Amino acid sequence: MLQVNDINVYYGAIHAIKGVSFEVHQGEIVTLIGANGAGKSTILQTVSGLLRSRTGSVTFLGENIGGVPAHRLVQRGLAHVPEGRRIFLQMTVEENLEMGAFTQSPAGVPADLAHVFELFPRLQERRRQVAGTLSGGEQQMLAMGRALMSHPKLLMLDEPSMGLAPILVEQIFEIIRALHKAGTTILLVEQNAQMALSVADRAYVLETGRIALSGTGKELAESDAIRKAYLGG
Amino acid sequence: MAFLSYLANGISLGSVYAIIALGYTMVYGIAKMLNFAHGDVIMVGAYIAFCATSYLGLPSIVAILLAMAVCTILGITIEGLAYKPLRAAPSLAVLITAIGVSYFLQNAALLIWGSAPKSFPSLVGIPPLKLFEGQLIITGEAIVTVIACIVIMIGLTLFTGKTRMGKAMRAVSEDKGAAQLMGINVNHTISVTFAIGSALAAIAGVLLCSAYPVLLPTTGSMPGIKAFTAAVFGGIGSIPGAMVGGILLGIIEIFGKAYISTQLADAIVFSVLIIVLLVKPTGLLGKAINEKV
Repeated sequence: MLQVNDINVYYGAIHAIKGVSFEVHQGEIVTLIGANGAGKSTILQTVSGLLRSRTGSVTFLGENIGGVPAHRLVQRGLAHVPEGRRIFLQMTVEENLEMGAFTQSPAGVPADLAHVFELFPRLQERRRQVAGTLSGGEQQMLAMGRALMSHPKLLMLDEPSMGLAPILVEQIFEIIRALHKAGTTILLVEQNAQMALSVADRAYVLETGRIALSGTGKELAESDAIRKAYLGG
Repeated sequence: MAFLSYLANGISLGSVYAIIALGYTMVYGIAKMLNFAHGDVIMVGAYIAFCATSYLGLPSIVAILLAMAVCTILGITIEGLAYKPLRAAPSLAVLITAIGVSYFLQNAALLIWGSAPKSFPSLVGIPPLKLFEGQLIITGEAIVTVIACIVIMIGLTLFTGKTRMGKAMRAVSEDKGAAQLMGINVNHTISVTFAIGSALAAIAGVLLCSAYPVLLPTTGSMPGIKAFTAAVFGGIGSIPGAMVGGILLGIIEIFGKAYISTQLADAIVFSVLIIVLLVKPTGLLGKAINEKV
């Protein structure tokens, strides 16, 4: 579904992503794990069109999407829940979800809203509330619900567990599993390696802009190197 | 009675400021830039309406629509040629470009229409309203200006609150990157904002020159700066703020002229701005953004 082939991304003179390749197949959960600054978010931003890679290619559903502006990719079925959620804080919960459906025909919006509210009942309770007043967990749910409004074929989640209490992290991962079961392909970026590996079919470990290791979620969770570096012994 | 008459004049002048301020505030809210050429778009609108009526003999309403159409195209063109290439540039570069565009428009007008003032015919065909046995006269221009201002305000509030495009504008104004991830075309949204702001500028130009009928290539610059002040006064980025700021500014200016000093009126206006900003830096209706992380 998604093939990233030898991309190199620069921030000015800084060579942030150095020849990264990976792929995500239909129906998989793939995770990119790695320390802060390893380049995980940069990769997602490159895939979703917010950043450009200087060389290499990104192929989505068989088409080269390098250079396609971000707003066009949403229609093609790519949804990106960015780091820090970036919901529209001054708009209501419902308006945020409507924005998620911007590329969809308005006729289908009520049904999609109902579907998102089924997944996240808290959002329904707060639908008329301004998003800036939500708690961190609710904001994460809103960011994910908003992305689902566009009927994504591939859902990219950037650190959904960031800043959340352990119980909320459990809840968010519960929802990720449910979405996966319902057929959504997911590319998950996480610092919480343990949680990420527990849900992932396959995983890539990123170190300073390069892929250091890859394997199935289970293999990596059991690997000594990973345990030492990311899972606390 | 004089007081009421001054108040009516103040509200009417303030309504023109408010309409101009709406253009400033919308563009600032979405593109995060101060479009200092906005005042000169007003002047262009007034010249177009002047030519349409005086040279071509077109009816007022057609002249106004023509001015709006020309200004809309002008606004989109300015945005596309001058500001769009600077989207990633530091805001100072954009600001200087805007000042450049402002001088360009003034000098282009000087070249086309000359430096001699044109006497602008009133495009408002409504007789004045006489109250209290003729002691208080409210001009037809004042009535139309205030009504236009209210209609525009309601229209814009509905547009940004209810329509898909309006909501997309609010999304872009909050977070361009996130808006793109929703599938919103940010460049297109910014163009639409410039189009709306410039069409409003044309209306403001016609109303301003109908009330103060001297038309010069520099006609737009002082009202432009005043309206910018009004937008900051009310809280830049806020639509009701631009409205409240504009009307208050008009009232303060007219009262300052009437009761304190004609020469000092502008100084009084800007002093009030300084005081408001000292007490409430976000302006009257501007809200400090409380972000929960």
